[in-house]
Amino acid sequence: MSEVKDFASPVRPTWCPGCGNFGILNALKRALANLDLEPHQALLVSGIGCGSKLPDYITASGFMGIHGRVLPIATGAKLANHELKVIAVHGDGDGYGIGGNHFLHTMRRNMGLVDIIQNNQVYGLTKGQYSPTSERGFVTKTSPEGAIELAVNPIALALAAGATFISRGFAGELPHLAQLIAQAIEHRGYALVDVLQPCVIFNRVNTYDWFRARVYKLEEEEGYDPSNREAAWEKACEWGDRIPIGLFYQVEGLPTYEDQLPALRAGSLVKQGLRPLTLEEVEALKQEFV
Amino acid sequence: MIKNDMTFKIGGEAGQGVESSGAGFAQALARGGLHIFGLQDYMSRIRGGHNFYQIRVKEEDIYSHTDAVHLLLALNPQAIKEHIEEVVEGGGIIYDESWQGEKRELEGRGIVPFPAPLKRIAEEEGGRKVMMNTAALGVAAGLTGYNFEPMASVIEDNFRKKGTSVVERNLKVAEAGYRFAQENHDRFDYRLEAIEAPERMVINGNHAFCLGAVASGCRFVSAYPMTPATSIMEWMAAHVQRYGIVMKHTEDEIAAICMAIGAAHVGARAMTATSGGGFSLMVEALGLAGMTETPLVVVEAQRPGPSTGLATRTEQGDLRFILHASQGEFPRLILAPGTVEECFQAGARAFNLAEKYQCPVIVVLDNFLANSLRAVDKEAFDFASVEIDRGELLTSEDLDRLESRYNRFQFTESGISPRAVSSHPKAVYVSTGNVHDEEGHITEEPTIRTKMMNKKMRKLEVARREMREPELYGPKEADITLLGWGSTYGPIREAVKALNKEGRKVNFIHFMDIWPLPWEKVAEMMEGAQQTVAVENNYSGHMAGLIRTYTGREVDKRILKYDGRPFSPDYIIAHLEVK
Repeated sequence: MSEVKDFASPVRPTWCPGCGNFGILNALKRALANLDLEPHQALLVSGIGCGSKLPDYITASGFMGIHGRVLPIATGAKLANHELKVIAVHGDGDGYGIGGNHFLHTMRRNMGLVDIIQNNQVYGLTKGQYSPTSERGFVTKTSPEGAIELAVNPIALALAAGATFISRGFAGELPHLAQLIAQAIEHRGYALVDVLQPCVIFNRVNTYDWFRARVYKLEEEEGYDPSNREAAWEKACEWGDRIPIGLFYQVEGLPTYEDQLPALRAGSLVKQGLRPLTLEEVEALKQEFV
Repeated sequence: MIKNDMTFKIGGEAGQGVESSGAGFAQALARGGLHIFGLQDYMSRIRGGHNFYQIRVKEEDIYSHTDAVHLLLALNPQAIKEHIEEVVEGGGIIYDESWQGEKRELEGRGIVPFPAPLKRIAEEEGGRKVMMNTAALGVAAGLTGYNFEPMASVIEDNFRKKGTSVVERNLKVAEAGYRFAQENHDRFDYRLEAIEAPERMVINGNHAFCLGAVASGCRFVSAYPMTPATSIMEWMAAHVQRYGIVMKHTEDEIAAICMAIGAAHVGARAMTATSGGGFSLMVEALGLAGMTETPLVVVEAQRPGPSTGLATRTEQGDLRFILHASQGEFPRLILAPGTVEECFQAGARAFNLAEKYQCPVIVVLDNFLANSLRAVDKEAFDFASVEIDRGELLTSEDLDRLESRYNRFQFTESGISPRAVSSHPKAVYVSTGNVHDEEGHITEEPTIRTKMMNKKMRKLEVARREMREPELYGPKEADITLLGWGSTYGPIREAVKALNKEGRKVNFIHFMDIWPLPWEKVAEMMEGAQQTVAVENNYSGHMAGLIRTYTGREVDKRILKYDGRPFSPDYIIAHLEVK
């Protein structure tokens, strides 16, 4: 049986006291332990940003890449070894801004990845600029008169792109978030966990208190059915006095991208190993050109 | 009468099957035991424009095209206008009999006109005007007296997938053209005849690389289409079933290189292939592979830049860029094969080098090498000698036995840290693009930064010992020493051969491995050289610059070409004379 402490890292986080990332880190450890996974069975892939330092703060396999390219790196790892639980962890700037193109394509492929987005609606590590999920009017150093763009709606985007598991958590609701992450890991196919994550330094609008007054859990909504796409769409568009968290949408039983690759029928590429070509194969290759 | 030594040129517009008929005819000649070199020239468009395919054929092994054309197959009137200057006196032009006014001009130049009912044959025998190309090939074979059987066998193989009716109609068209030529024309000096020879492959640089890559265990390819690299991903896609390859056509080149990095990180032999534009997009991730010490193979098939440049043409203008691409400094290995044999070897070597030195290996090709066809003996690709060497990669058993803590980035004398891939309980570590310590954790400690940098860069010194030294072709002592790298090998070799035959003393130093190089050996090789001449398909002489930087020797003369077209031996010889 694995335990939360198995995932403890000797490295102390550089996050600010009160940062929402602590909640996400703890929820992730708890989810991994609850699923009885061991540190070597998970590969955490992150990008650049405060939250992307997470793999350094947990004992599990980790790859911290470059800004915005988390999903293709995670995809490559999954395609080469689909036995690994590959979990992407990155911020809203990384995932929905610079990595937006990869976000769309990874979803429509139904890649077997968990995609945890630490969504604090601001750029923290670069010290306070507006992000793709900043609300209109949000004042930062790069939007001194207030942001004039519409905020990205990740839940609606995910629905439109064909994601098969779409959820939102709140860093201030640890057990609920841990449960969501565990469900996402168990889901076969792409699983989005957008996490509302207060930045205590640069986002003085969307604070813990602001969220606590607004969030409610979809699973406590009477009659809410996460297999109903239309209902999910309605909830995806809800943002204001009430903000839904939990599982918006899930469709099960669809093939993942990796399920459909002929090369992987004999096991993962890594497990198949490297072997010299047989004489017949060599002859066949040559004969193609004769 | 000249036997088995000539050049064909097929010209027409995109959509007329210039490339497919050229490649098919080249194959037919090779099946008759002849050596061929096939040069493809096309515009960046799907229909219209002007394309040509040039096939040089000879009984002995050849490495390049030459300029003189002996038989032009004009699929439209424009082809005659474009290429009439290249046709030698005594050469011929095949064209449709309906085109007026061609005959007199040809005869004025001493060119034999071969009007033939190409359109009529295509329509009557094949039912489609587009089969004009097959009719013209039939006429060409008939004129030169070439055996019909190899042509028929290629037609059967190439059209089999389209059904027996298409095969039969093409055969009828080719036969009608062949018969027409034999019955109506009898005054062509150039003859072809099949000879006894071992079976040969007709292959281009991209495909030769693919064979080497698959032989050495590459099973992961992620790429985005870009001329002239696209045929690599297409070939891989066609072989996913039989060889168990994952070929991912990605959303962009950034995803392409990043997926390859992810796959390599967990233990697959992974690659991507692109041209300069795509490589520009990959540059940041290339540095990530350098920083995380991820074995990665990137093919960069060059075309003229900057920006879109000349999308379907050739250049060697990216060498300096490839050498320095990405911010900061990290070890990288650069291979620049010059022949299809070297492309095969590069495919086989690149993955071993990448895993051994845990760094990116960039294989530099260009449009000329990627697309030109050459006939080589089947034995020229020595699959039996391909060894899979994964370097210091710890197996599960090694890790099971490990008593101390595993440090992924352990400081070692060689700079190579034993590598373990994720998925083993003892190989739980983090890799990062940040500066990191031996365990892989992020650090900003100046001493560790310095030590880690030194560790990484030491790998380059170890690698330098096993890189291939440049190869000398021609006499040891010479008045002129030509210097080239990569795809110019063929044209330079042919030029050197021709010049020595004329009594000149010329030799040639060919660089196949570019980085790192044992430069003191290069300097030694150049010591006895009299006049040195760099021959490069770029504006500023990238290799000439490297030679000066690392050997201190200034190249005496540069023959540079950056019009998007490859060198021919004739061009090199002509420009050697120019002061």
